[in-house]
Amino acid sequence: MLEIKNLRVAINGKEILKGINLKVNKGEVHAIMGPNGSGKSTLAQVLAGREEYEILEGEILFEGKNLIEMAPEDRAREGVFLAFQYPIEIPGVSNTNLLKNALNEIRKYRGQEPLDAMEFLTLVKKKMPIVEMRQELLSRSVNEAFSGGEKKKNEIFQMAVLEPKLGILDETDSGLDIDALRIVANGVNQIKNENNAFVVVTHYQRLLNYIVPDFVHVLQNGKIIKSGNKELALELEEKGYDWLKEHEAEFVAAK
Amino acid sequence: MSTEVNEIEELANREYKYGFVTEVETESAPKGLNEDIIRLISQKKEEPEWMLEWRLKAFNHWKKMTEPNWQNVNFPPIDYQDIVYYSAPKKKKALNSLDEVDPEILKTFEKLGIPLEEQKILSGVAVDAVFDSVSVATTFKEKLAEEGVIFCSMSDALKEHPELVKQYIGSVVPYTDNYFAALNSAVFTDGSFVFIPKGVRCPMELSTYFRINAANTGQFERTLIVAEEGSYVSYLEGCTAPQRDENQLHAAVVELISLDNAEIKYSTIQNWYAGDKDGIGGIYNFVTKRGLCKGINSKISWTQVETGSSITWKYPSCVLQGENSIGEFYSVAVTNNMQQADTGTKMIHLGKNTRSTIVSKGISAGRSNNSYRGLVKVNKKASGARNFSQCDSLLIGDQCGAHTFPYLEVNNPSAIVEHEATTSKIGADQIFYLNQRGLSTEDAVNMIVNGYCKEVFNVLPMEFAVEAQKLLSVSLEGSVG
Repeated sequence: MLEIKNLRVAINGKEILKGINLKVNKGEVHAIMGPNGSGKSTLAQVLAGREEYEILEGEILFEGKNLIEMAPEDRAREGVFLAFQYPIEIPGVSNTNLLKNALNEIRKYRGQEPLDAMEFLTLVKKKMPIVEMRQELLSRSVNEAFSGGEKKKNEIFQMAVLEPKLGILDETDSGLDIDALRIVANGVNQIKNENNAFVVVTHYQRLLNYIVPDFVHVLQNGKIIKSGNKELALELEEKGYDWLKEHEAEFVAAK
Repeated sequence: MSTEVNEIEELANREYKYGFVTEVETESAPKGLNEDIIRLISQKKEEPEWMLEWRLKAFNHWKKMTEPNWQNVNFPPIDYQDIVYYSAPKKKKALNSLDEVDPEILKTFEKLGIPLEEQKILSGVAVDAVFDSVSVATTFKEKLAEEGVIFCSMSDALKEHPELVKQYIGSVVPYTDNYFAALNSAVFTDGSFVFIPKGVRCPMELSTYFRINAANTGQFERTLIVAEEGSYVSYLEGCTAPQRDENQLHAAVVELISLDNAEIKYSTIQNWYAGDKDGIGGIYNFVTKRGLCKGINSKISWTQVETGSSITWKYPSCVLQGENSIGEFYSVAVTNNMQQADTGTKMIHLGKNTRSTIVSKGISAGRSNNSYRGLVKVNKKASGARNFSQCDSLLIGDQCGAHTFPYLEVNNPSAIVEHEATTSKIGADQIFYLNQRGLSTEDAVNMIVNGYCKEVFNVLPMEFAVEAQKLLSVSLEGSVG
């Protein structure tokens, strides 16, 4: 589904990603872990098409299509969804208004008829229990005066409605208490199926107790320095990222 | 600068594609302003003698005044002797069908959702027999007449109801009020007159559209609306369709009078030609609008959506004289390219327990300048007066300006006056967020702007609100997407 080849990315002349290779097949969950400043969020933003970043080299293929050439809205319409680390407030625009427009844009792109108000509402009602979404939040302005937990739930709720092929979660667990974390993770698990895939960017192992990854990649200093299965996350939690620093030279050399 | 910001600027710098000029044959007076010209206007319009005298007094007063220069706008000096003050429009040269109209204009009409027959009228196409605007207007007038409502042009009012005009004209905006009001008083050529008798709730929203054939009111328009005790009227001025005019200077006067327990709701959508990218050729819109809440429990509400004109200078105001009277001002003012707007309101609290609300939303893009200027004045005797003001500015791009000049004069210790102000930018973050959900940049900007204006759109009459939203979309249309 997603193939990243030797991706090098810079912002303001500073190289952040220094040759990333990653392959994600449908039905898989990949966790990207790493310390602050390792480039995790950059990777998430670059996949979604944030334009401040300069692509120095490499390729991003999504279902065989060159993602780098595509505008952010077209990537979204192709099925790439980014759950933001800091969801943005849009005053005066209701959550449902945004979602209905977004969904119908995506449907239009795919040659489907737009949903009318009733069909849309039926769909929304069906998806609300996935993240225990309160009715009241639907009519409120997008993310305005939402609590940290409500914002993150809202991201997952949007994902549930828009049904992307690839969901990218950018530190969705940050700022969540344990109950909210459980609800958000359960939401993702309900959305997950054999036809979609997830890239989960996180600092901590605890999210991965709920969203169990098929693969764990450790990103450090702009490179994936180690890949493994879910056990790797546990090992990291126990030993810390410093443990891998010693490991890095060896790992890179082995490649 | 990121591409995102460049795109926003591109949106902001779009040109006004929708202006159009129709050749109009006119019967005109020579250029220049003097007593003879004023006599000519009055004579052509077959006005009563007192009207002429009033005009002449206004003219003599105007000659002693100087053009104001305190407003935050710049323009070259106006040569008042280089203006034609009387020009009776003959019928516009009729086109045979919409096929003769610029397809770009038709596209705009479509985007704005203007009905086909209305499109024809707006573009000067001869209207066919199926839709006879005269008969529609007649049916409309009959219905109003049943209720005793008078809704006609100012010229007709001077002929048919001179005593009413005489009683109220200049009672809210005297000719001594300001430079442009004095000029208007001397030379106004037409406008609307509305009279709602005691206890009548006007059965429909009154729109200038219904007198479109009698329109062409020219650059000095005079509107007078009187709501007698316990009556109600909602009046809609303007049109989302772009309007171009030969006359650069527009100095209108609007007077509203609300008696005991009466309510006037006045909504405006203004989309005059704003000039080209460098501001050349746009309309100067220098308007005096004021309402007098004369009676107890009376109410006047101004709502405006201003997107056009190269310079806007207007402060729809309320004088709250009657006890418990209420004044409201809701405004969206959009400036783009080289447009300049200095607009706001004045709420003058004279009576006890008077209340006023001000919600102003400025949007600046391009290299434009948008100023909010508002006065809240509470007189000594206005105990229990309350005001709430909210003035928000939204910036698109980084070459435009937003300014807020709130003035407060509170002379009664029991008054409560609140003022809130915010300035924000459409952030690249907001646009990216919406892009990531599948919306184009253009749709994203529209969505953000419409959300920002929501409080004002909510108080517009339903149909007008839909039009206003579409107008903003068209206004912000650019080459991206």
